[in-house]
Formats: sequence, structure tokens, C-alpha cells
Amino acid sequence: MTASITESIAAKSKKSPVDYPLSDLKLDAKVPSGPLEQKWEKHKFDSKLVNPANKRKYTVLVVGSGLAGASAASTLAELGYNVHCFCFQDSPRRAHSIAAQGGINAAKNYQNDGDSVFRLFYDTIKGGDFRAREANVYRLALNSRNIIDQCVAQGVPFAREYGGQLANRSFGGAQVSRTFYARGQTGQQLLLGAYSSLSRMIEAGRVKMHTRTEMLDLVLVDGHAKGIVTRNLTNGKVERWAGDAVLLCTGGYGNVFYLSTNAQGCNVTATYRAFKRGAAFGNPCYTQIHPTCIPVHGDDQSKLTLMSESLRNDGRIWVPKKNEDCTKSPEQIPEQDRDYFLERRYPAFGNLCPRDIASRAAKVACDDEGRGVGPEVNGRRLGVFLDFSKSIAEKGRAEIEGKYGNLFDMYAKITAEDPYKTPMRIYPAVHYTMGGLWVDYNLMSNIPGLFVLGEANFSDHGANRLGASALMQGLSDGYFVIPSTIAGYLAGQKPAAAPTEHAAFKEVDGDVQQRIERLLAIKGKRSPRSFHKALGKIMWDECGMARSEQGLAGAIEQIKALRAEFWENVAVLGDNDNMNVSLEMAGRVADFLEFGELMCLDALHRNESCGGHFRAEFQTEDGEALRNDDEFAYAAAWLHRGDDKTPALAKEPLVFENIKLAQRSYK
Amino acid sequence: MADGSPKTMTLTLHVWRQKNARAAGAFQTYKATGVSPDQSFLEMLDLVNEDLIGRGQEPIAFDHDCREGICGMCSLMINGEPHGPERGTTTCQLHMRHFHDGDEIVIEPWRARAFPVVRDLVVDRGAFDRLIQAGGYVSVNAGGAPDANSVPIPKKEADLAMDAAACIGCGACVAACPNASAMLFVGAKMSQLRHLPQGKPEQTKRALNMLNRADKEGFGACRNHFECEAACPKEIPRRVMAEAFRDYVTAAVNRDDG
Repeated sequence: MTASITESIAAKSKKSPVDYPLSDLKLDAKVPSGPLEQKWEKHKFDSKLVNPANKRKYTVLVVGSGLAGASAASTLAELGYNVHCFCFQDSPRRAHSIAAQGGINAAKNYQNDGDSVFRLFYDTIKGGDFRAREANVYRLALNSRNIIDQCVAQGVPFAREYGGQLANRSFGGAQVSRTFYARGQTGQQLLLGAYSSLSRMIEAGRVKMHTRTEMLDLVLVDGHAKGIVTRNLTNGKVERWAGDAVLLCTGGYGNVFYLSTNAQGCNVTATYRAFKRGAAFGNPCYTQIHPTCIPVHGDDQSKLTLMSESLRNDGRIWVPKKNEDCTKSPEQIPEQDRDYFLERRYPAFGNLCPRDIASRAAKVACDDEGRGVGPEVNGRRLGVFLDFSKSIAEKGRAEIEGKYGNLFDMYAKITAEDPYKTPMRIYPAVHYTMGGLWVDYNLMSNIPGLFVLGEANFSDHGANRLGASALMQGLSDGYFVIPSTIAGYLAGQKPAAAPTEHAAFKEVDGDVQQRIERLLAIKGKRSPRSFHKALGKIMWDECGMARSEQGLAGAIEQIKALRAEFWENVAVLGDNDNMNVSLEMAGRVADFLEFGELMCLDALHRNESCGGHFRAEFQTEDGEALRNDDEFAYAAAWLHRGDDKTPALAKEPLVFENIKLAQRSYK
Repeated sequence: MADGSPKTMTLTLHVWRQKNARAAGAFQTYKATGVSPDQSFLEMLDLVNEDLIGRGQEPIAFDHDCREGICGMCSLMINGEPHGPERGTTTCQLHMRHFHDGDEIVIEPWRARAFPVVRDLVVDRGAFDRLIQAGGYVSVNAGGAPDANSVPIPKKEADLAMDAAACIGCGACVAACPNASAMLFVGAKMSQLRHLPQGKPEQTKRALNMLNRADKEGFGACRNHFECEAACPKEIPRRVMAEAFRDYVTAAVNRDDG
């Protein structure tokens, strides 16, 4: 970092274009004392326990049934708690964890290539651009080993070597081979493992499962999370559920961008409603743009499809050196006219550099330098080649087919091109959100009794998540963290303290009913999808891969205007007595229309670039993200103050005791 | 994908509309215009729905979520075929380039006693969850599992398990079967677990419990038509049903009642 750049940051950060109040809330992360390696063991021993006979007196409400939710619900039920689990899909097996393709990291060191718990911890902190909490990440690395054991015991069919041992592959941001996988369907197999355990507990009567049931609000009694209000998506019935603790395992908010790799139903409602009831939202601007997705083909597209990062093990990414070659088919472009830009810019990691870096490099090649390939959409060619010809020549088609067959098939189905013969075309797309509700070491939010697990929390990935680490986090939180930490809270609570007749439930129930009636009463002209699409465009243009002060400030104004129009003119047809798909979508879009503004505010306040958050004003001379550790080495936690007020910022300083803060280098 | 702007199509759709489980349903006819060959079948339905909303009519309800062929949420009988005409493809991955301008398309929900209609094209597949609850798991609690590499599993067995485990639980097999049998679905889960050492201890008990539950849920008996195999978007092989029968018979002969 040169002196002149440092000075310009200091000058910039002093004049913030947006006014936001600072909160005096002290965020206590409750990180245990002692050496890093001993914190978790010590914490488990120091935590209070609930005795086996008393566990059944406590009811835990688990919202969401993905890796985090299903593993938490089944494990808590196995321990003896009384569990209710909710999902909006028709079955808990459908949660979007199922779509994760490439794999799950674990510090097993089966390859004897120098891996260790500390190395996985180090890679994750560095990959997250030094914006995650050390103690949580170390625990994640520690638990990673147990996850693989647990999943094998459940009958998850991981890939094997001929000798019967587990196979591994490499993923971005690591120089060891620590990723376990089940063909290109690792998320599916891990989720079905968790789902099978959950099913066993449902059969045993220890979990009551509520499918096609969406949480619409959180109920607080005397400041503690004691229940939720849901809507039955089949018949519209609004219901109250009382519990002694609430676990939100509701995934990420990538669909705020409309086009993303998320499932259509993924939404921010549960976490955003909790935010409006007082939960702090951590780092909402940290979103991950995944480098290997199939490019956008047209205006009526509803979703973007990911091609697993594992493809970067054998595929080489390139664009033509000359702009005039961009319309040629790849076979016509000779080797010397190809620019393997990741290998050129990042020789040490090459095609396996972290996601944020690979995505931004592709954006530079296409958007800034005009060297993108593929069909022109809205006047631009947004795509780079992912070329397997060298690997196929060296290893043979059979080996490549064995590793990636289903991904190649999926690509061929969507694009009608054969990736064995011609390079794939890929472009970055919104994939994962590192931000989420703020939680302490126990995974509890600042609302006592409200726990947040998996992608829904902000905890472990800092400003960028490494590949194959989301599955690891969801399962670590659900199988191994929450069973220990929830007891520490419940042990101090009188069971079944607040029945659903309590005034707090009545009030929230009333709010939910009123909101539904309000949506149905607008009877406007414009569909919820059209609003969602318009919001997505604002977010992608101004709060996507590159952000700027001016763009973000403008985006906030545009979102406010769009939101005002929504509440005047959205068309929600039908009634609340039957399945109503427009009502479901309208409710989710309404929350995205508020949440998008919060994301832009967070991005605007963070006058630095880090990981997936890239502010054009803050970059090094060669275009890398430029952090500002003096001013921004903290987690930003936003607190709701009322509908027409700017949220207040509380800061959790990030203390690095075990890793030296450094500028990331993958060169 | 063709370069430039591809020609669009106009289609006539006959869609099953039904307000709820108790109401009578009927086909309604709609025009889908401006359909691009690069759109997925569900994106085509999105367009129709946007048009319906614009005209003040309630959109068609259909199940969908991941739109990348893995969650198993999408369904649809398309011209009498589950997930439409493409082999090994879910409806969300079926692209309109497989249709022609002017085509008529009949779109219905899954038809099976065990899958009652919820609304329009949406059915209740809760019966599949209850089949898994009857025994589609290894009875192991979290914590205390031995090291993952302590029991080697031959690659061939792991691959056979994975072939069966690829099932997405969409219900196409049931919809395709003249008897609405769930044998391919049940067989897939049983096969996955019988090829792994972890699943062996409960192998026959699992067969008995899952197949008895299938009867109770109203699924029909398997008569080896193999329509299920042809319709399966994940191409689960018929051998999983043979394995399931074998385990069931073994359990019955041994009077293994769990």
C-alpha cells in the first residue's frame, strides 16, 4: 500500500455521503478466553446443561429445513428436546442446500498434503479478507472433521478411490486437497442425509414437521424470542407457535438481485422480520458473486445456473486477447491469441484463486476491456470461456466425464452446446450472502433466545466465502454447535413460559393479518415479479460486483421510489383462503424492497474494498481490493429504529490474535 | 444457443385449473406468445402468468423452486408425459427449443390417489416424506461416529449407492405408472443404503417398513411396466426395484418384523 493511497482513504472516509446514527448497543461476542485451540472445549465445559429428563419440557422452533435447519432439528430431537420444524416447500428435502454441487471442506488431511485444522482456519480467514471472527472460524475448522464422519455414518455416498478410501478434490483459495464430494451433487447428498435423520425423528414423534408453512414474524415476550407467527401456504391460515427458543435457519438473501443462483423461493423475510423486531443485521453488503455460472441468455430469464467451482480444477479460463476475435468461435482463435487471464494475473493459484477475485477479473475482461464472448445481450457480450480441451487431451474424456459428467450434461441441456467439444461460456452471478443476522459465539443474536444458523447468520465467512465451506458451516452449526450452546440459554429459562394466548402473540398475529389484508387491498396493475425484477436491476447495477459512492446513493433513492410505487400499484389477486402464489411473492418482494436499501446503506458506509465488497474508489494500482483495517476492521451490525428512520450502526471490533492482518495475495 | 435474437413462438396451452382440493377442476385454454426457444418451460409459464395478472386473472399455481433440476419440486404432466418429452430431464430444465411454433400443449398435475391436488398443477407429495419416515435412514445419532475412513467401501458399491441416491423425489415415477406405484422411489432409497455397510443392519427391516407404508399410503403395486424408469428425470435404473423385492421377500421369509 503506498502512502498516497492511504492518505486518500483517510480523506474519503471523513466525509460520508450518508448520515446514520451510531448505536450505543455493546455487541458482546462472548468469545471464550484462553488459547484458540482450547476455546471450544473450554466453552462446552463452562456452559450450563439441561438434564436429560428436563429436555422434553423445552420446545424449540426451527425455521428452515436446509443443512442447518434439518441437522439442528434432528440433533435437538435426538437429545430429547421437543422440536417443531417449518419450511415453505412441500417437503423438507427441497431446501436450497440441495443445489450445492462441488463439495464440502474438511481438515482431515487424508491426502497427507500438509492440511490441518489451523490451515483450514487460516485459509478461511484469509479467503474472507480478514473480516470474520477468529474464534468462530477456528471452531468451524475443528468441527469439519466430525461432519465427514457423521455423514458417512448416515450413508452419504461420498466419492471413493478404488481402495475404498474417501476421495478429495481441490477448491479455490486453498493449496491442499480437502474437499469431499458426491459427484456434482454433494449438497443433495448431505441434505438428504440430514433429511433422513430428521425423518427418523419425525417418525419417532420427536419432531413435528410443518411443510408449506412460511414464517412471517417473530414474537418477543419480555425481550426474549418466544414464538413465531406463520402462514399456511395451502389455505392461508395464520397461526401462532410458542417455544422456548427460536432458530432461524432460513438461508441467504441473494434473491434481492432477482437473478441469482438461488432457488425461486429463497427470501429474506424471516431474518428481515427479526431485524424489524430488534435483531442486528450483520454486514448485509457482503455478497458473493460466483465466477462460474451460465451467462444470461435473455430478458425473461428467471434464474442463473451455477457450474460448480470444482470445474476450475480441470478447466482453464480465457478470453481472446484481441477484441475483434470476440465474435469468432473459440476453435478459430489460435493459442497465442488467447489470454488465460487468471493464470497470467495470479500464477500461484491460477484458475483456483478465490471466487471474488476470479469474478472481478472476468468482469474486468468483459465489461471494462470489451473482450467478453458469446451472444450479445443488451449490447454486451458477457461471458468468458472455461476450456477443458487440455484436460481432455491429457487425462482422457472418460476421466473428465467421471468427475463432471452431470455438470456437462446440465450445461448442454441449458445451452444446447456440447462442452466436451467446445469450451463452456461462463460469467459471474450472485450466489451466496456472507452477511446475515449478527450472532455471538453461541450463535445467538442480540435478542435472547433467537439463534441463527447457516447462511442466515453473518458468522464465519467474513467478506468472501471459500468454495465448499457453506455446507461445512450449515452442518457444523446444526450437528455440533447448537446442541451445546442452546443448553446454556435454556438452562436459565423456565420452560413453556409464554402461551400463544399471551398479548405479545395477539399483537404480532394482528400485524401479520393486517399486512396480508393490506397487500390484497391494493389491487394495482403491476405484478410482484415486475417489481422484483426492477429491484434486481438496481441492485446488480449499483450494489453488485463493483460499487461506488455515487451509484449507491442513487440506488437508495431509486429503491425508495420503487417501494412507494409497490404499495400503491402492486397487483395481488385472489384471496387468503386458498393457495395464493401472488400473495406469497408479494410479501417476499415487499421485504426485499426494504432490505435492498439496508444493503446499499451498508455498502455505502464501508469506505474500503474487502472480499466481495468492491468499492471502485478503493483499489490498488493493479485493481485489487484495498482494505482499510484502521477504520473498518469491524463487523457492521445494523439496528432497526422505525420504518422511516435510517438504521443505527453498532460495531463489533474484529480482533486478530492468531493471524496477522495482511493484504491478500494469490500471486 | 443461437447468436442474435432467436425467433419466438406462439403456443396454445390447455392447463388444468382447480381452486383447491375440494373444488372440481377443469381445463382452461391460454395463448402463450413471444416464447423464446432459450426459455425453460417454467419461464414460459411465468410469461403466461404475467399476462394473466395483467388481465386481472389469478396466475396458474405450479410447484417449482431451484430451477436447476435438483430440488424435485417441479412436476407437470406435459402432453401426457411426466416432465415432458425430453429423457432424463426435469420440467425446469426442459427448454422451449424442443417445441414448435403453433404447438398445442396439455399441462396437468400428477394424477395419483396418494398425491391429491392442492391447487391447479400443485399436488401434495407428503406421502413420499412418510415413506422415508418409515425407514429410509440409518439409525444413527449425531456425535460419536467413527472416523470416516475406518471402513473402506469399494468404489463399485459406492457408485451403485450414488446411482440410486440421485433420486430427487419428484414423483414422476408414480405419475407415469399405470398403478401409481412408488416402487422406484422406495427402491432407490433402499438400494442406496443396502450398498453401503452403514445401511446393512436395517436392510430387511427397512424393506418391510417402507413397502408396507407404501400400501398404506395408497400407492399401487408394481407390475413391472417400467414406465417409471422411462419417466425418471434422474434415470434411476430399474434394478433398484429388483433389489427392493429381494429384500422384502427375504424379510417376509425370515418373518423379520423389525
